[in-house]
Amino acid sequence: MDDTRNAFDDLPGDLMMWILIVSELLVFGAGLIAYLSVRVTDPAGFAEAQASLHRAEAGMNTLVLVTSGWLAALATRAGTLALTRLYLGAAAALGVVFLFVKGMEYADKAAHGVTFETDPFFTFYYLLTGFHAAHVLAGIVILGLVAIQCQRRTVEAGTAFWHMVDLVWVILFPILYLLG
Amino acid sequence: MKYQTQKIAYAYFVTAMALFAVQVTLGLIMGWIYVDGNFLTEILPFNIARMLHTNSLIVWLLLGFFGAAYYLLPEEAEREIHSPTLAYIQLAIFILGTAGVVVTYLFNLFEGNFLLGKEGREFLEQPKWVKAGIVVAALIFLFNVSMTVLKGKKTAITNILLMGLWGLALLFLFAFYNPSNLALDKMYWWYVVHLWVEATWELVMASILAFLMLKLTGVDREVIEKWLYVIVATALFSGVLGTGHHYYWIGTPGYWQWIGTIFSSLEVIPFFGMMAFAFVMVWKGRRDHPNKAALLWALGCATLAFFGAGVWGFLHTLHPVNYYTHGTQITAAHGHLAFYGAYVALNLAIITYAFPVLRGRDPYNQVLNMASFWLMSGGMVFMTFTLTFAGTVQTHLQRVNGDYFMDVQDQLWLFYAMRFGSGVAVVLGALLFIYAVMVPRREVIEPGPAERAKAEQVAAE
Repeated sequence: MDDTRNAFDDLPGDLMMWILIVSELLVFGAGLIAYLSVRVTDPAGFAEAQASLHRAEAGMNTLVLVTSGWLAALATRAGTLALTRLYLGAAAALGVVFLFVKGMEYADKAAHGVTFETDPFFTFYYLLTGFHAAHVLAGIVILGLVAIQCQRRTVEAGTAFWHMVDLVWVILFPILYLLG
Repeated sequence: MKYQTQKIAYAYFVTAMALFAVQVTLGLIMGWIYVDGNFLTEILPFNIARMLHTNSLIVWLLLGFFGAAYYLLPEEAEREIHSPTLAYIQLAIFILGTAGVVVTYLFNLFEGNFLLGKEGREFLEQPKWVKAGIVVAALIFLFNVSMTVLKGKKTAITNILLMGLWGLALLFLFAFYNPSNLALDKMYWWYVVHLWVEATWELVMASILAFLMLKLTGVDREVIEKWLYVIVATALFSGVLGTGHHYYWIGTPGYWQWIGTIFSSLEVIPFFGMMAFAFVMVWKGRRDHPNKAALLWALGCATLAFFGAGVWGFLHTLHPVNYYTHGTQITAAHGHLAFYGAYVALNLAIITYAFPVLRGRDPYNQVLNMASFWLMSGGMVFMTFTLTFAGTVQTHLQRVNGDYFMDVQDQLWLFYAMRFGSGVAVVLGALLFIYAVMVPRREVIEPGPAERAKAEQVAAE
């Protein structure tokens, strides 16, 4: 059947992965729009809360995650199976580093008694970064799975998901941590 | 009819339609109670009528789903249903349970009894023995259909249908948990009916719609399956956390306001997807099926579900909006069109498709059936508008101005009177539908030569 072939068939990886990626971007996009809308109601309070965040660690985490994304991209082009798995493993390992740094950040906040309910800024902070961290965790699992089921299609799908996680952080980081 | 056991669906559909008639009749009575508040106060108090209206709706829709499963599984799996006897026992349990519920509610029998009395909580008020009966019937059903599919051909339609049916049966188990804390009670009840209508029932809906599109348009299975997977993925992605929009004002932590707002906003996507799916399949269609009424119901289902569940749901799902509209007639407007579009029309679509086959006749009474579609749908859409306007006025007077509930209700009288009128149209439409599929034995209006040729062509296939 000719008419069954369309643009979707040329997507790298898997159509369902792209559906998931678009859905995730919609959720994070809506979350950021909500954050920015509420921020308008109390710019001073948000700025004060934001100043208590650890920007240097978050900046380092950005480097970690972008490097990890680069390694995952290399995995899709690696010539041999062993090399593909090596890149995927390295990407996942950097994901673990990201989560470790994130965990320290949360522990520090918790030690200072900062929770979900502290103020609207921290509600969004925990919702957005927490939801993102959950995706990093899911991404590590996915990278592990595609390293086991190592085929071109699966590696592309896994890497596409990992890049989404990457992309979301690159947008979250400046808006939550830096935007003054 | 290719498989003898598809006949089981007939008994389920007939029972479902009988309950449908009961449900809309009770709706009409309640519509009049809104107009004249003292109507039947002694014999049938409003809360009892409401329990019967909502409970019978859910039960007849479930019976319709079971019937649809028994009808389409043999064709998809290419084998007979595992055990017809079990299927009829399952139906008998449901009928007994339903009758028990009606009698218990009407006469308030065994009040306070742990096992026999109604539980008093909203929506999950069924007596424990009925709940247990539902679980037993559901287990019989799951065993029966799973055995059928396991031994037969597995298709995307059967997989997703089974996933939805298993999910809805397992989620019903939350009905047994009845915490004494009212906020917790409210939280868990959403696990039942709203993880149904916003997640598992959507899987059932998508798979039945896919089956109808496969049969009515003749589009390749491969194309239909791709759509089906996309719709189901977006439904589950948005729907599960989307039920968080019920957690706004019941004592759950504040972050639910954002989780519910964001995810439930996306719930419009699968409904838009289903509407696009239905119309694109017709457009790509390679077959002009003579059962035009079934196609009308299928397209009507997808369209009205998009408006009722998708658009009217979005209307009050954002928490800053819901802060004012929660539990007003806006909710009633959404509830009516969403249930009608997504699940009533879906059941009537599969009944319209299956009945001529089950009764061994060519598609017939298209005109009467289609007239019932327009009468019922027109009535329901009109009702949705009157309730939306009533809800808007109510929100302003009661929630913004702070007027008393009953004072506001008095001022909504005109809307309630118009709603009663639209209710009459819905009831007449429902009765006409039942008459059209059950009674006449030939077309009321003689089909033209083109339609006759098509019917013969399909009969020859």
